Amino acid sequence: MRVYKPDAKWHEMVSGGYIPQAGNAVEYDVSGWRTDRPVRDDECCIDCLFCWVYCPDNAIFCKDGSVVGQSIDLVHCKGCGICAAVCPKDCIEMVPESELSGDDNE
Amino acid sequence: MPQVEPMEGNQAVAEAMRQINPDVVAAYPITPSTEVVQTFAQFVADGEVDTNFVAVESEHSAMSACTSAAAAGGRVMNATSSAGLALMWEILYITASLRMPVILTVVNRALSGNINIHCDHSDTMGARDAGWIQIYAENVQESYDNLIQAVAIGEQADVRLPVMSCLDGFLVSHSYELLQVEDDDAVKDFVGPYVPRYPLLDVENPLTMGPLDLYDFYFEHKRDQWAAYEPAKQAVIEVGQRFGETFGRSYGLFEKYQLDDAEVAIVALGSMAGTAKDAVESLRAEGVKAGLLKLRLFRPFPAEELAEALAGLKAVAVCDRAASFGAQAGPLYAEITSALYTAGVSVPTVNYIYGLGGRQIAPDEIISIYRDLEQVAAEGQPDQPLQFIGVRAFSKEEHADMYAF
Repeated sequence: MRVYKPDAKWHEMVSGGYIPQAGNAVEYDVSGWRTDRPVRDDECCIDCLFCWVYCPDNAIFCKDGSVVGQSIDLVHCKGCGICAAVCPKDCIEMVPESELSGDDNE
Repeated sequence: MPQVEPMEGNQAVAEAMRQINPDVVAAYPITPSTEVVQTFAQFVADGEVDTNFVAVESEHSAMSACTSAAAAGGRVMNATSSAGLALMWEILYITASLRMPVILTVVNRALSGNINIHCDHSDTMGARDAGWIQIYAENVQESYDNLIQAVAIGEQADVRLPVMSCLDGFLVSHSYELLQVEDDDAVKDFVGPYVPRYPLLDVENPLTMGPLDLYDFYFEHKRDQWAAYEPAKQAVIEVGQRFGETFGRSYGLFEKYQLDDAEVAIVALGSMAGTAKDAVESLRAEGVKAGLLKLRLFRPFPAEELAEALAGLKAVAVCDRAASFGAQAGPLYAEITSALYTAGVSVPTVNYIYGLGGRQIAPDEIISIYRDLEQVAAEGQPDQPLQFIGVRAFSKEEHADMYAF
């Protein structure tokens, strides 16, 4: 497996612009793209798992068939809002990052 | 035994494709290249090849399917012309960027508008920056020979680039000539089996092709692609020599015809070179030291070699069968003069735009170019570096103001 460092030079790469490593998107931090963050009310959640199914970035953590009590992967969540849109109970609110404290961003 | 048979350019190309037996052909018909794919489709239907033939709904889809099939690891071919090539535009860049050695026969035809089905080189000239190798044929035999060589060039390990094998619409594609058809086995041996370097179907070594690639890596990838074109030029030379050793017809970056002792010379691509050879012979019989440089490889552009070949001439005419609107001249002229300037070679050069939309260029017109060159040579510089030949126009004497444009 080859992993390119951010300062890799052109002749160190596989020609064709290929990524010669499976599944390395996990290393890509997209939290900076997000303007609104999904915040779920676990009291309201019925564990239908729609958010888990629909999330395009696998950013909804799920354990033993339940998202209740689990966090959301804020490194890979872009804030697209699909989870909030598909929630049948409207349990997920998209909260502007500017309204959240810096500590919550970690 | 090799056979000599009368064939059209299109049939010759289809015959070479039959012998090469590619894995995939995905194509959409367009005049004047239709017959290439039509003839080849018959070979598929008759079971003479193992090719998976994909009939698609547009040229954009055709080149998408070809690029994808090549990514999977296949040897892939296609043919098109003019607006068909234009519709492939987006994908042409991707094919080259992904380093897929797809082989595309382009039967050169004018672009619209107005609609014209006849030959000029505006279609492939417009695609000259897409990253494809471009080889131009003078006649039917070269169309056949070039396609076979294109496979070996494009697939070479340090090249891995797509190749456009170009022939002039109707003038070559629909003209019968005697073609030496080599043995099937000899052609198959020459191109060899295709061993893709990074096939997507190699599930043991997964990789991603064509992902989002922003300011942090894209520039390095383009710089890496740039490095493929010097090996590509060397591959054209080596494969052309090997072709000569195998089949008796050698090829290089260009053909020098009566050039070594020439004082005035024409540079041309494609079928015009055949007519120009006759003109050279007529002039030589009069004692005029006329020569011809028939360029074969336009991309990658052999700048240093051309500057060396043209150094010492007293005047050169570069003939462009393409419009490059808004440019100072035709694309071939721009490349040639740039090559001469960079190499420090000072030769008076004139650009002749000719043959747009299939307008014939006659031997007398080519002879008139050489006559003009003799005057340019005597005066040391051209009166007007951009000329249009074969177009109905005011004469200089009648209308000096119009002539300037």
